Amino acid sequence: MADAAVSGTKTVLTTHDGKPLKVSLAKALRREKLRALMLIAPLLLFILLSFIMPIADMLFRSVENGIVAETLPKTVVALKNWDPASGEAPGEDVFAALHDDMKVAVAEKTHTRLGSRLNYDQPGISSLFRKSGRRIGRMKEGDYKQQFLDIDDGWGSVENWTTIKRLSPTITDSYFLASVDAERGADGIERKPENERIYILLFVRTILLSMAITVSCILLGYPIAYLLANLPVRTSNLLMILVLLPFWTSLLVRTSAWKVLLQQQGVINDVLVWIGLIDDAGRLVMINNMTGTIIAMTHILLPFMILPLFSVMKTISPSYVRAAKSMGATDWTTFWRIYFPNTVPGIGAGSILVFILAIGYYITPELVGGTSGVFISNRIAYHISSSLNWGLAAALGTILLVLVLALYWVYDRIVGIDNVKLG
Amino acid sequence: MADIRGAAVRFEKVQKSYDGENLVVKDLNLDIAPGEFLTMLGPSGSGKTTCLMMLAGFEPATHGEIFLNDKPINNVPPYKRGIGMVFQNYALFPHMSVAENLAFPLQIRKMNKTDQQAKVKRALEMVELGAFGNRRPAQLSGGQQQRVAVARALVFDPELVLMDEPLGALDKQLREQMQYEIKHIHENLGVSVVYVTHDQTEALTMSDRVAVFEDGVIQQLSPPDVLYESPKNSFVAQFIGENNKLHGKVTKIAKGVCEVTLDDGTKLKAEPVNVSAVGDPTTISLRPERVEFDNPDKLDNTVKGKILEILYLGDHLRVVMSVAGNPEFIVKVRNRGIKRPLEEGKTYSIGWSAEDCKALDFSG
Repeated sequence: MADAAVSGTKTVLTTHDGKPLKVSLAKALRREKLRALMLIAPLLLFILLSFIMPIADMLFRSVENGIVAETLPKTVVALKNWDPASGEAPGEDVFAALHDDMKVAVAEKTHTRLGSRLNYDQPGISSLFRKSGRRIGRMKEGDYKQQFLDIDDGWGSVENWTTIKRLSPTITDSYFLASVDAERGADGIERKPENERIYILLFVRTILLSMAITVSCILLGYPIAYLLANLPVRTSNLLMILVLLPFWTSLLVRTSAWKVLLQQQGVINDVLVWIGLIDDAGRLVMINNMTGTIIAMTHILLPFMILPLFSVMKTISPSYVRAAKSMGATDWTTFWRIYFPNTVPGIGAGSILVFILAIGYYITPELVGGTSGVFISNRIAYHISSSLNWGLAAALGTILLVLVLALYWVYDRIVGIDNVKLG
Repeated sequence: MADIRGAAVRFEKVQKSYDGENLVVKDLNLDIAPGEFLTMLGPSGSGKTTCLMMLAGFEPATHGEIFLNDKPINNVPPYKRGIGMVFQNYALFPHMSVAENLAFPLQIRKMNKTDQQAKVKRALEMVELGAFGNRRPAQLSGGQQQRVAVARALVFDPELVLMDEPLGALDKQLREQMQYEIKHIHENLGVSVVYVTHDQTEALTMSDRVAVFEDGVIQQLSPPDVLYESPKNSFVAQFIGENNKLHGKVTKIAKGVCEVTLDDGTKLKAEPVNVSAVGDPTTISLRPERVEFDNPDKLDNTVKGKILEILYLGDHLRVVMSVAGNPEFIVKVRNRGIKRPLEEGKTYSIGWSAEDCKALDFSG
């Protein structure tokens, strides 16, 4: 070491047996790291298989579109030479290829699936495939174009063929376009007709209602969290149990309870009529609309606001308040200038929790939201389980995920994510 | 002192109870003169902090009245009392810089910006932290935070500053340094200070007067030297400084001197403090540094004792002896080199004068 210092070269610290210190250290730590990895391995594997892979798969489905190229391989190749701008249906070669492909498809019974897939983009097209499938066996060799046209005029439509050609690539943006109420028309991407637009409205509503729910959770949760943090331990423990009580009750029971309370013949309306605040004809509509969604979801998500707020308030020393008062600050000034700024990290943590939970909620909006109070998640659930348009569901889900990440990023920019404290 | 006019603070028959069953403060009467440094000293639970909190306005008095500059303040909210306060954990606002912390009371008083800045600057210089205005409290050491807290309590020129164990969280060396600094600031500014501590050294070093609290009652209110030299009862003697206890009964009593016969028959001359008649049980209190090994025969009291242990503490030796049946009798011997070498296990004659030896109330 002394020699090295004298010669001016950079000294490498070594252990007694001459190995570089860094190598030895890494070796010593490797066992520890391995052991730590072994401990989390089962969980890691579980998360990988049950969480990350399905999500990746779903994200991929939003752009995946192999079905046309798989079912009609020859047609797709033949269509390459056809120009939709010509204004005429493709020629005989394409129909010959279509005949060959359809024979195989009918044998494998995949042609109806293709039909319903194409139907998402071009309503009515699925009947072409169903009809042709039934008669493909009876077709004679030669002049396939005329034979197909005999089965259905639709085969002569440029639009239908344009759709097939457009969906030929294995990657498509059609799901994403549909998710933002757009489609690919003759002149490129254009918005859907006004009466068919739905998703943008739903996205906007989901975000606005989630914000409203977050704000009402802050307003209702803040005083409770303050009480929890400042009451004597015995009383605050009791209060804490009351706050946590909803967690021990089924979500469905709580939501149904709101139905009982809020409906027009429900408890709240009955009481208001009975004390004469409203007359019988003017019963309030508080459920199956946005009001219902906001009330029920605020109730369900309130604990997620109270708990982080409480844990932050618990750490605020009462001597801050005393110090401020001793310096002449009134109760309000003390709260606003001293207490409140110190609770902002709790508000931040609670808001992120509540907002992200709210934006993905669908059971409660489904039950109490009616038509004007449903969220984008209800639409996603519908496409997953009823319409079976998983590609669209995946695209909607991807947009939702990106929106949440974007909001998270904005939040980090404005408030700073290190300002979030869960306790 | 009880009848001075214009006392900065006056407690009049103040009582305080939290639960309606026990009195935490029992009948407190106390006057604090303007510019005085008064320390409330006592073990935890003795009611000293409660008194401070009542004065600051954070706890209401259950009975009695507190006066600030001869005005009753029981119904004045804390923010209108204009009392500066320093807390044990500093209570610096974590979301504000040091300068903002100091400016806060000035902003509340709607002082204009230039004056604010000038005052903050002066206050920071007073505690020698002129360059630290832009830092956050978390970036300062404990001692620096404490100075900021002191500066913040003084920046709005209060006439009275309360300090609630402000040095409790500091290490010993820093604590001693801060004691001097706080004392000097007090002397320079002339504010009244009420200081709460359980540390008797702190109380003796800094105060003009010390009020020793125990069980909700002031046991003794005296300047530090009187407190140490002439404790009024055995609690005070025990609590302030080190103290040897010897139990016995009064066998003769005259003006200024009494004779106490200890449990093992030893007779001692002592100064009667709160014994009144022959036969009273008493506890003798004797400071360890007043016991002499040299020429014990010339002193009022001479006894024999066996040395059990000698501890070397640099500036003095701490000798544990068995004297008159008390195996924990402690003598502090100034270290003058080896003049008369002491040995463990040997018996020596020791002595002390009657006036250093107080006959107090009996305490087990």
